[in-house]
Amino acid sequence: MRRWIGALPLVLVAGSLVAQDSVPPVDQGVRVGIEYTPGIRPRLVVFPGPGFDSVRSILQRDLDYSDRFELIYVGYQQDGASAGSVNYDLYRKLGAQYGVELTPSGGATVVRLHDLDAGEVRSHQTVIFPPPDAPEFRMAVHQISDEIVRWVTGTSGYAASRLAYVGRKRLWIVDSDGVRNVSLTGADEAVLSPAWSPDGRRIVYTRFNEGMGSLQLLFLAGGSTVTIPSTRNGLNYASAFSPDGRTLAYTRSGEGGTDIFRVDVGDMCCLQRLTVGRYADNLSPTYSPDGRRIAFVSTRAGPPQIYVMSADGTDQELLASFDFGATGSSFAPEWSPDGAQVAFHRAIEGRFQVFVLDLASRRVRQLTSAGRNEDPTWAPDGRHVAFVSTRSGRRQLWIVDTETGRIRQLGTPDAVRLPSWSRRFGGAAGVNH
Amino acid sequence: MRRKFLVLAASVLVAAACGGSQPEPETPAPVAVDSTAIKEQMRRDSIAAAERARAEAERRAAEEAMAAAALITTRLTAEVHDMINFDFDRSDIRMEDEANLDRKAAIMMANDAVRLRIAGHADERGSDEYNLALGNRRAESAKRYLVNQGVDGSRINIVSFGEERPLDPAQTEDAWAKNRRDEFEMTAGASQLVAPN
Repeated sequence: MRRWIGALPLVLVAGSLVAQDSVPPVDQGVRVGIEYTPGIRPRLVVFPGPGFDSVRSILQRDLDYSDRFELIYVGYQQDGASAGSVNYDLYRKLGAQYGVELTPSGGATVVRLHDLDAGEVRSHQTVIFPPPDAPEFRMAVHQISDEIVRWVTGTSGYAASRLAYVGRKRLWIVDSDGVRNVSLTGADEAVLSPAWSPDGRRIVYTRFNEGMGSLQLLFLAGGSTVTIPSTRNGLNYASAFSPDGRTLAYTRSGEGGTDIFRVDVGDMCCLQRLTVGRYADNLSPTYSPDGRRIAFVSTRAGPPQIYVMSADGTDQELLASFDFGATGSSFAPEWSPDGAQVAFHRAIEGRFQVFVLDLASRRVRQLTSAGRNEDPTWAPDGRHVAFVSTRSGRRQLWIVDTETGRIRQLGTPDAVRLPSWSRRFGGAAGVNH
Repeated sequence: MRRKFLVLAASVLVAAACGGSQPEPETPAPVAVDSTAIKEQMRRDSIAAAERARAEAERRAAEEAMAAAALITTRLTAEVHDMINFDFDRSDIRMEDEANLDRKAAIMMANDAVRLRIAGHADERGSDEYNLALGNRRAESAKRYLVNQGVDGSRINIVSFGEERPLDPAQTEDAWAKNRRDEFEMTAGASQLVAPN
């Protein structure tokens, strides 16, 4: 039996100090008010123990950021007793329902999830973590964090993912926990509209030059870029990959207005125009996860609003309802990974706020109210949304849990914009950066 | 006495006209000279002087014409480059800018070699990507207006900067109003412009 008693005074419960937007009643048809209800999330403790300090701190933060648990932090003051059975009674007394245990096993680490109520190991996995100073280390820990979330909830977390964004005209990527901001382009190039390929191996972005813009396909593994041939002329931007990663839908402005095109980026062929907007603009496409539909912005009714069409351009219709003259302009849709929702931003009393549209009910819900909030992008878990907000005084990335309304800032340098969230990195894909 | 002075003056003129290439005679010129030769010399001298004066006048006139043309080109260039502004989230030409565009159309029609680039801009309040479309629409609007006035559309190229290049980075109504604009730049045929009739 272990002796953990010395740890008791150090118990803290996370989640009590986080920010939350209060959403005022606006717009007819908008369901407002995010209920932040602490206490319904299971309490989880990462067992203290010798070693694994860096793994444990990343793990704890990932599990906290998943917004699926209330974390209980227990300090380590043990007398060196060897690993044996877990003191279930002690952790149950702390109110914990789940415990994560890390134990060395040869060169590997065994990660166990204990169901404390049942008094048994619910799931386990043996992992070989790279050394903490290796570039792959953090992503390997993020991946096991996502597994732990899946063991408990049945749905993976989103820790093993990255966000791309534009800062000071450059393209950057950062881990989902705000660590390791890396610039991927130089000062000689002005970047707009980054978007991840579904496999996380490529990012497409606009290279903006004197009012024109070509689409660049950046291969993360080698750092090489290819210009998409159909975008060599004109102004091309706001692009999105199809879920199979073969097709790119993008916006093109020039003579004859602004419309949406698609091109096969596997064979770099088969350019097709999807919208024909005489005197109306169509822009900012986003694919449904089944690849069959595209949501986009159109000015066909006057103010820009969110529409949807089949992936071949047919069957165009309004998607997010609005009251003409009352509802503000709407922009920048992004389809959620589970296909059930579309996030976008809409002007409310002259300021942008982030909304989600529930596709089953066709109702919109306002997620933000503090400052100017725009350009939402979904986390791989289909539950969290990152967006640009001025609430801190300058444009920064923030992440909101759409279930609880819990909001946190993602650490990035300088003013940022146009974020795009990757899908989850499995295996070694995209780890080497 | 008077005659002597003339002879001297004439010889000075000859010396000057010859630019000193002809050496001065070693003996003083005789007082009594052939009056026919002198007259002939004077006639030639006055023709030369008149020719020089005419050349000088021509040179000056040409210079003045060039200066005037340059002045016109500068003035017309400024008129072509004169920006127009837009209301918030609008791309239609404002009534007060129509005379401005009419003038640009007339200048373009009087100067066939001129090619124009119109760049649409937006203020930062709009959505980043939407602003690229809005800037494009603003550039298109001005182009359509000029084409309706008779300018060949193939002479006009449009681009959009969205909100990427504000004139005034301040976050005030004044700055935003300034930033919602079309900029005009001649990309060819701009070196010498003639004023429309």
